[in-house]
Parts: sequence; C-alpha cells; structure tokens
Amino acid sequence: MKLLLVGEFREGKVLDSTYELVGFAEASAAESVLFMVGSEGQLPAYAGSLYLAEASHCSEYNPDLHKKLIIEAAGKENVDAVVFVHSSYGWDLAPRVAAALKAGQVSEVVALADGGYEVGCCNAKMRRKVQPSTAKKVITIQAGAFPVAKQEGAPKVTKLTAAADDGFEFAGYEPADEKGVDLAKAEIIVSAGRGVGRKDNIPIIAALARAFGGELGASRPVVDAEWVSHDHQVGTTGQTVSPKLYVACGISGAIQHLAGMKKSDFIVAINKDKDAPIGEIADVLVVADVLQFVPALTARLAG
Amino acid sequence: MKILVCIKQVPDLESRFKPDAAGTWFAESDLAFRMNEYDEYAVEQAVRLKEQLGEDAEVAVLSIGPDRVVEAIKKALAMGCDRAVHIQDNEAQRKDPWQIASLIAAYAKGQGFDLVFTGFQSQDRGSAQVGVLVAEQLGIRCSTTLIGFSYDNGVVTAKRELEGGLKGVVKLKTPALVTCQLGLNVPRYPTLPNIMKAKKKEITAISAAELLKEGSRAQTLSFHAPAKKGGGLVLEGDVGDLVGRLVGILKEKTAVLR
Repeated sequence: MKLLLVGEFREGKVLDSTYELVGFAEASAAESVLFMVGSEGQLPAYAGSLYLAEASHCSEYNPDLHKKLIIEAAGKENVDAVVFVHSSYGWDLAPRVAAALKAGQVSEVVALADGGYEVGCCNAKMRRKVQPSTAKKVITIQAGAFPVAKQEGAPKVTKLTAAADDGFEFAGYEPADEKGVDLAKAEIIVSAGRGVGRKDNIPIIAALARAFGGELGASRPVVDAEWVSHDHQVGTTGQTVSPKLYVACGISGAIQHLAGMKKSDFIVAINKDKDAPIGEIADVLVVADVLQFVPALTARLAG
Repeated sequence: MKILVCIKQVPDLESRFKPDAAGTWFAESDLAFRMNEYDEYAVEQAVRLKEQLGEDAEVAVLSIGPDRVVEAIKKALAMGCDRAVHIQDNEAQRKDPWQIASLIAAYAKGQGFDLVFTGFQSQDRGSAQVGVLVAEQLGIRCSTTLIGFSYDNGVVTAKRELEGGLKGVVKLKTPALVTCQLGLNVPRYPTLPNIMKAKKKEITAISAAELLKEGSRAQTLSFHAPAKKGGGLVLEGDVGDLVGRLVGILKEKTAVLR
C-alpha cells in the first residue's frame, strides 16, 4: 500500500500534525510520499519524496486549488490512499479529493482495525468499523490518535504549481481572542461541562478550582452557552493543557475535549453516567451528581 | 435569491446506544430524535439571510429519512423556512455520505440555488463529508466550519474556525455552500404563532428511490462500544465516602495535595 500524506502548513510553518501522518503510515506499515503547500525555506523533517507547492503562489488555504495539486501528486505516484489530519484543513479538503478520485472516505480514524478503520460516533460513545469499497481511498486521522513520527532527514522535493479560480479569496487569519487565563501554565484545572446544568452552578465548580489552588476550565457547550468565557475553553478549538491534575465535572468527553486534556498527568472525572466516554481516559471516575459531590469535596479540601 | 438548507434528524446524544439487528448502526427503539444541533445554526443563518434580503429571498429546507424526520422539518419551518422537501428513505442510515450527498444534489441540480447551508457535521455519525460532497457534485464553491457569515452582492464572507482559537477569513462568490459550526449565531426558538403558521407551509415528499443513482463508496462493517481500557478506577457509593476515597487517592497518587 502506498499513501500520499497531506501535510499542514500555517502562518509560514509546518504544523507538527504532519508528523502524525507519518506516524499513521508507519503504523499501517505502508510506503508514503508527502504533499504540502508550504515553502522551500521551511521544509518538513521527512526522509522521503515531497511534492511541494509554494504557499506564496497557491495560498495557505485555497481548497479547490490544493485539490488540483493533490490529484496531480496522487496521479504521479499512483497512490492507493490519500491521508489527511481531521483538522480544519483536512476535513475541508478531503471530501473534495475523494470526489475527484471517486474514492470512499473514512473520517476521523482513531485506530487501525482488522479489515477496516475504527472511527468514533454518537459523541464518542460508540465506534464504527468502516472500509472504503473503492479502488482509491481517502482517510482523515483524528489529531493525537497516532504517534508523532521521528522528525529526521531531508525530503527530495518535486515542485508543483497550478492556477487559482478567481471566485475564491483567502483574506487572511484573525488571531485568537486575548487570553485572560493561560491554562497551559496551570498545574491544576477543574473544568465544567454541560452536566453542571446551568450558568448559576458555575460558581460551585469555580470554588473547587480555588480550593485546589487551580484554574477553572470549561468544555465547548458551556462556552457556547456563555456560562464561561472562551479563554477558559479546553479542547481542539480552545487551549491544549497538560496539568498535574485535571478534574472534569459533568463533562461527557467529546473527542474535541479529550484531545485538549488527555495528556494531563492525573485525570479525575465526576459524572452521573458510568458509561460516559470521559471514563475511558480518566484515572478515577467518580459516579455521582456533580452538584452534590463537588461542594462536599470543596468543603473537605477547605477544612 | 434561492436558499437551501439541509438538515438531519439525530437521536438525543445523551441516550444509550445499542447495535441494531444488522450490527452496523444503532437500534432506534427507546431513542428520542431531534434536529442535529449544527443544523439549527444552518437554519438560523439561512433565515437571517432571508430577513436581510427581504421578499425576494426564499428558503427551502430539505431532510432525508423516514417519516419521523418531518418533526425536524416542522421545526425548521417554524423557525422561518418557507417550504420543505422530505426525501423519504427508510434506509437512510444504511447510506454512506456519498449517497446522502447524491440524493441532495440530485434534488438541487438545476433548481438554481444561490446558497446552500448545512451543518458542519452530524452529531451521530460526524463524518463532516456530506456538505462538501454536495458542493462538489453541484460544482459550486464551498467553505466549512463557519463561525461568522455575511453576504453582500453575490459574495459570502465566511469566518472559519481553525485550531487553537485562530480564524481564517474567506470570500467566495455564489453559488456556494457553507457548513455551519456551533456558535455561528444564536438559533431562535420557534414562537407559537410561527408554529401555527408553519402548519400551512408546503412539504413536498419525494421518494429516495426516484433520486438515487449512485452506489455507496464506503461500507460500515460494525457498530460497537469502544473497548474498555480498564485502567481507570470507578468509585460509586455514598457522597461522603466518595469524597474521602478520592482525597486518599489524590494524596497517594499525585503531588497536588499535601
């Protein structure tokens, strides 16, 4: 099997997720070549063939143009599958490439399975085993699901270029909102999830964070509902954290949240639902009502 | 301006899921269904655009599935969509994203939709493929994961959510399709008068068999619970005891409590 790995490049730099693609190729025991819209001055540490288009000409984000370039590279190498990271770049581009190659796509692969690929579904509570039935395949891998490969060697570069469609324009990036709280530096984080019930209950979780001498975190639904400001959000689109202790209160454990906190040294989850996916990565799962358990724990720590 | 918004009805994700007889998707018994959360943002944005443009705009809502999906369609009509299309399909859950996209594209082709809104992904399957595949099949421009949308004179300005809080701004000429992320807007609750008005709106039913010309490109081999890692300790019982046991564990296993 031969894979075309589609690396990622943003704001002038190769993203580390690119090396997870290499890790996926190694886990699949597959031959691979790399494609990237990037820069000759910022080559990835990859000892193989790289098809490179210059971001200065092809833009860091122009999916229809990048699709054309990927199809060209996939054709030259006659690859069996094109592999992306399941990211804002990958999930946007992969179905376009799949349509062009008449390929079946498997999204957000978390593991290799006998005769197919394992993917999460139903809020990460369940799994499916999926296999494309087409000659060519398109795969996106979940961020963090495969090991980061060793970054070594220099690629053999083949340059590609193509012309853009004039009805599409990438107007640039907007920076993340100012961070009021830098969770990345916190040693202890106590996070609130949807299971906390309503905005009025957030102070109960904040009090536990204070009792631990830590910071308040939150899952996405809590931030979207404006119970807690965005700078507290942990997960793919918020902050990625690895504190000594992470306490998840009423958080079911959506993939995007887990990706942001699973590297914590010790994880405690408090949840009514014994089967909540957060239990899969927690060191300790306390099966209890958050609103009863958390105040009791806070009182114990304070006393 | 003609606007299409595509919605899916999904089970309440707080439910417990069990495999169906075929072992490739969940059994529907005991599940309550509702509109996919991402699609509520799509409906809201479509209706806001219609309100911006006035009488010249029309919003059609489309959903694929068995008769139960009419409930989700009625909600979209009560939120302000003008008319609906129900693609009747009792086997929708067996179709892959390519086939679902083919059904939508087969309906939409030649109807001259200027803008198509979909959710970024479904909450149950979460492949994030259908919207982009519809755009590919219709040959129109597409942008995904929108947390900002504006439209002026044939050009959509889309703000995409990237990783770590970064955003990307894209301008695309219509006809176009956009997929909507959570937080794009605040979806409205249908009011009672609008629920009553929605009852008079037209729902066109079309059988999926009439539209489907494409085979599947990916096969689901099994649907199952994740393998338990088994590493984690599960504490159950009286709250007072639980607090004591947890504090004991934290003292023993971490350096955060003295």
